[in-house]
Parts: sequence; C-alpha cells; structure tokens
Amino acid sequence: MNSLTTTENQALARAVLELDVNNHAGVMSHVVGLFSRRAYNVEAILVMPVGSGAMSRIWLLVNEDERLEQMVKQVEKLEDVLAVRRHGAEHEVFVRLEEFFV
Amino acid sequence: MSTQRPETITGAQILVRLLERQGVRTVAGIPGGAILPVYDALSKSTIHHVLARHEQGGGFMAQGMARATGVPAVCMASSGPGATNLLTAIADAKLDSIPLVAITGQVPKPMIGTDAFQEVDTYGLSIPITKHNFLVGSADELLAVIPRAFRIAASGRPGPVLVDIPKDVQNQLVEVSEWPAPGVADQIAAPDADLIASAAAMINSASRPILYLGGGVVHSGAAEAAVALAEKAGLPTVMTLMALGAMPVDHALSLGMLGMHGARCTNLALDECDLLVAVGARFDDRATGKVAGFCPQAKIIHIDIDPSELDKIKTAHVGIAGDVRTVLELLQPAIASPQRQPWLERVAHLKTEHPLRMPGIDDPRTPYGLIRAVASCLDDEATITTDVGQHQMWVAQAYPLRRPRQWLTSGGLGTMGFGMPAAIGAALAEPQRTVVCFSGDGSILMNVQELVTAAEENVNVKIVLMNNSSLGLVFQQQTLFYGERIYASKFKGMPDFIRVAEGFGVPAIDLDKESDPLAALSAALSSRGPMLIHASIAMHEQVLPMVPPGAANKEMIGG
Ligand SMILES: Cc1ncc(C[n+]2csc(CCOP(=O)(O)OP(=O)(O)O)c2C)c(N)n1
Repeated sequence: MNSLTTTENQALARAVLELDVNNHAGVMSHVVGLFSRRAYNVEAILVMPVGSGAMSRIWLLVNEDERLEQMVKQVEKLEDVLAVRRHGAEHEVFVRLEEFFV
Repeated sequence: MSTQRPETITGAQILVRLLERQGVRTVAGIPGGAILPVYDALSKSTIHHVLARHEQGGGFMAQGMARATGVPAVCMASSGPGATNLLTAIADAKLDSIPLVAITGQVPKPMIGTDAFQEVDTYGLSIPITKHNFLVGSADELLAVIPRAFRIAASGRPGPVLVDIPKDVQNQLVEVSEWPAPGVADQIAAPDADLIASAAAMINSASRPILYLGGGVVHSGAAEAAVALAEKAGLPTVMTLMALGAMPVDHALSLGMLGMHGARCTNLALDECDLLVAVGARFDDRATGKVAGFCPQAKIIHIDIDPSELDKIKTAHVGIAGDVRTVLELLQPAIASPQRQPWLERVAHLKTEHPLRMPGIDDPRTPYGLIRAVASCLDDEATITTDVGQHQMWVAQAYPLRRPRQWLTSGGLGTMGFGMPAAIGAALAEPQRTVVCFSGDGSILMNVQELVTAAEENVNVKIVLMNNSSLGLVFQQQTLFYGERIYASKFKGMPDFIRVAEGFGVPAIDLDKESDPLAALSAALSSRGPMLIHASIAMHEQVLPMVPPGAANKEMIGG
C-alpha cells in the first residue's frame, strides 16, 4: 500500500480502525485472529503502548466491504478491547508512515 | 474483597479456594504432570472431582452440569494432550453459548517456548473457540483472573473461558490477605424503550406474525415470558433445536422445531408469515435453509443479547440488543391482544394438512415408537440428552419436550460423543432427576470410556442406544444426495453393546430380546443408577422431512 496516495486509498474504499486495548501478550492474536479467521485482509497494522503502558492503541487499515460492520461488532466483543473508533481512509496515521516503506 | 488473617499459600491453593468461594461443588477432569499441584490442593477440598476417562468426556460432563443448571461449570486437564483433548468440548460450548470454565496446566513459565515435554500453545489454540482466555503469569493474578473467568463465562451471551496456569505459578507461594468476591454475571443495559414501542406496534399491526425462539430464550430464563407473549399476542411459535422445551410442544400455539428437519406445516407457515419475531435466535443455516428463501415476505424484529447477532445474517427492521427476558417482559404490556383469527385458522389448517408424520409411532421397535415409548415412562422432570445423527433429530421431532433445560443437545458444533458424558454431568448436577441419553451406535463409541465413569459415580443415566448398524445420518445423505453410493457409513464389525456396557460395570438390557419391550423399558427407566438400553433400528429408516443442503426450507423432501 506504500505507493498509494490518499485519494487512491479512498477509491479502494478502505477504512481505518482505531482500537484502545489492554496491553498484554495475547491481545494482538485476539484482534488479528478475528480478521484472519474470516479471511478478512488487514492491509496495515500499527501498535504502540499509550500512557503508562497498561494500554495500547492498535491502528488497522482494512478494506471496507459489507462485512466491516460485523467485523467491528466482533472486535467490540473482545474482552481486552476497550473502544473501537472507525475513520475514513483519509486518516493520516498510515499516510504519514509511507516514508518508511519506500 | 473480604479481609482475613494473611496466609501464605500456593497458586494451586488459591485456585481451589477461589473455586470453593465461587460455589463450585463438582469438577470433571484428568490429572497429569503439569496440573498436579492443583490436584494436590483439590485433594484437600470439599469439591467433588469426577475422574473422566478422556478429557473430552470431562469437558462434556462440565457442559452437562452447565446446560442443566445455567451456572458456569468447571473442567480440568493437564498440558499438551490433556489440553488438546479438551478442545472439542470447548468449541462445542462456544457454538452453543454454554458457560464453562476450563482450567489447564501448562509447563513452567521458564520452559514455555522451548518445546518442552507436553508443551502446546494452549492459549493460542483456544483463542478462536473461547469467549476469552488467560495465560496466568503469577499466583497473585489468579485472584483477579478466576473471578473474572466466571464473570465472563456467565455474562451477556454465555460462553467458555479457558485459564492456562503454568506449573510454577501453581507452586508459587504468595501472601493473601484479601479474597475477591466470586465472579457473577454483569448487569445488562436496559433495552431501548423506543425500539420496544416500535416492535410492539409492528406486532400489533401484523396480520401473519410468527414468534421464532432460539437457545437464548433458555439461557436467559425467558421461556415463561416468551409463552406469555405468544399467548397475549396470538403468535404461532417455532423453536430452534436449541430452544426446544421453551414452549411445551403440545401448546396450542407451538409449531415445534423449524428448519432442516422441521414439520412441513412449520416451514410452510414461516414461508407465509409477514412478521418474524426472532428472540435469542441467530438465523443458523440449519434453521433458515437458504437465507434468501427464509420468510421471504416477512418484516423482522430481532431481539438478542449479543449486538453482533443483529443484522449478521438477516437485516432486522427493528433490532433490539438486550436481555431477551427483560425485553419480552417490557413488550408484553404494549401488546393489544390483536385479532388473529384468520391467521390462526390458516396455521391450524397447515397443521392438519401437513403435520409431522411419524410412522411407527405406536411400535416401540421403530425410531419414533421407541422415543414415544421412553417418553411414556417418564414425566417432564426427566432430562433428555442426545448424541448427533438421525437419532438426535428423531428425538427432537418426537419427544414431548415441555421444560426449558430439559433438552441438552449439541446444536452448533453437532459433536458425536456429546450425549453420554453430558448426561453424566446433568445427573451429577441434578441427582434427583432421571437423565436419558439417546445415542447411536456410531456416537456412543466416541466417548464410550465414560461408561465406567457413569458406573463409578452411580449416576441415574439411562442410555437408549438406537442401533442401526450404520452412521445413519451419513447413510441417509448418501442415499438421498449421492445416488445411493453408500460408502464408509455401514459398519461391518459390530460390538456386543450389552457386554461392552457390562464390561464397564453398567447393567444393560436388550429390547430386541424382550417379548414385551414396553414393560422392559418401563422397568429399566424406573430403576436407579446407570443402565444401557439397546434397541435395533432398521438401517433404511430416514429422518423426514428434510431440506436438502443449500435449498430453501419450503423445498423440503419427504414427510
Ligand atoms: C465428531 C463427529 N464426527 C463426525 C460427524 C459427522 N456425522 C454426523 S451424524 C454422523 C453419524 C452418526 O451415527 P450414529 O451416532 O450411529 O447416529 P445415527 O445417525 O445412526 O442415528 C456422522 C458421522 C459428527 N457430527 N461428529
């Protein structure tokens, strides 16, 4: 996706998900497993601890198809996921990372 | 938290104390090296440990306890093969939303990731089949994790939780001065009042409504509220496999089970309805058939505790997230007892024109006849479990289920081997009841080793073994959909089931050899303790009607 511009991202109808999660070793498997089990491709992923490190934030770039609504509901059900926010593909988080992927 | 004199105890002792404080009276499992500290602590507890003979059996015993009571039940296994043997029972609990707490031993923390003896990634393996899981990092953590495991298992839509505890954590000494409160189900947010008002208005103005009950009705204790709503609103009612017993089958409004093996009248009524009120049901493919052909004319009200079920398969016109019992009780006063005469007459007409046909119902040597004969010896206090196959569907069709939690069956995963250990669990949890397990000659062998557990625990479990010398449901599918190419579904070797049972210490009778099978059945079912009742069934018998896989429900064949 590194070569895609913001407008191209939008054309592919992508969405950016922002998750607040508890920070421990299993959280990533729980979140990513939900997508892979349903053959729902995650295009990009970014995780960093926030604050004291008890929590992390996960950013996901995903294709926006008719299953996304259901995916978000499933993610919300995970015990270690505290909040899910949905953004459009124009969100800057991955765009600003592009320089590391050239 | 309750404060007491500080004690220095091990992680294993903490676990056992927390289970006792949680009110757990019986656990089922099998020990092994990586969980021995827990077993050592358990040996000094008042908790009754039931020694299963296979971890899957132990898992299904815990499921039987949980399904019969609604309270989370506990199973235990050691690391490696112990844990992997448990997985099927956990996956089964996930698909049927059964509250289960599985506790597994793990290799000591410093050895995790070294391919140590009997090390498997139990945490990773169990992620997709649990509601939540834990790998416990220290004995202290148990004080939070164990009550949380019970809370999660019981809260909202119930489900299995796995707690993996490394051996060194079990042995770790820590000082405990305060004990946490037992884990209990979370309060559920009140449903949206406006949505309830819209749902009531839709029910009041519908001309051909149907109430569609799922397993969630049983889980939330909503059976009474559902029957009350059906009566007030004049709603013909269908049930999923999981909901059987929620409304007595012989209730005037009951249309019995819908879907793949539902009666013609049931699926035809659904085809005509203009409003479907789905309660604690998830539009499973065995219930809906081809989704596009399911209730094609109907508006949908969908009530479920799990918001992710709303709009998952069918988009609801009104979707209400909430505890289904609460929602039904709030709906009730807003219902205006509408005039339903034409629709109820139409449904009555469908029932007389297209009833469930049960050939042989009066002959105890046929499938339906045997099931009815068993029922005639019992009252509604009996609990019924099944294995998976034709016998399961015949029982679902023919047994007069009238009580929620009377019926324990593996619905979502459809696991052969479920029935007997689940019956043992149900009998352990409710020893006053007679528990009958209907099984097949294929399924019974999948957990046959638990016969000795039944004998050891002297549980009041009667196994009715319907022997058709085949994997009957496979045989039926090959007959109907694979040009009668019968392959790998007919047994060549046949164990002598009477001697098998007796060899395990369980008395057995063979109805084939009884001149008066009814009298023999009635004597067997009124005795106490475990017993196997063997009955031969003709191989060609089919479960009908049947919706061919992928077809719409109204395209059912037979019956
Ligand atoms: C563990 C497991 N393996 C395979 C199946 C597929 N299957 C479904 S029904 C069935 C046959 C069951 O035979 P039996 O227990 O004798 O019951 P019957 O259909 O003859 O009544 C099989 C193999 C299953 N449901 N579960």
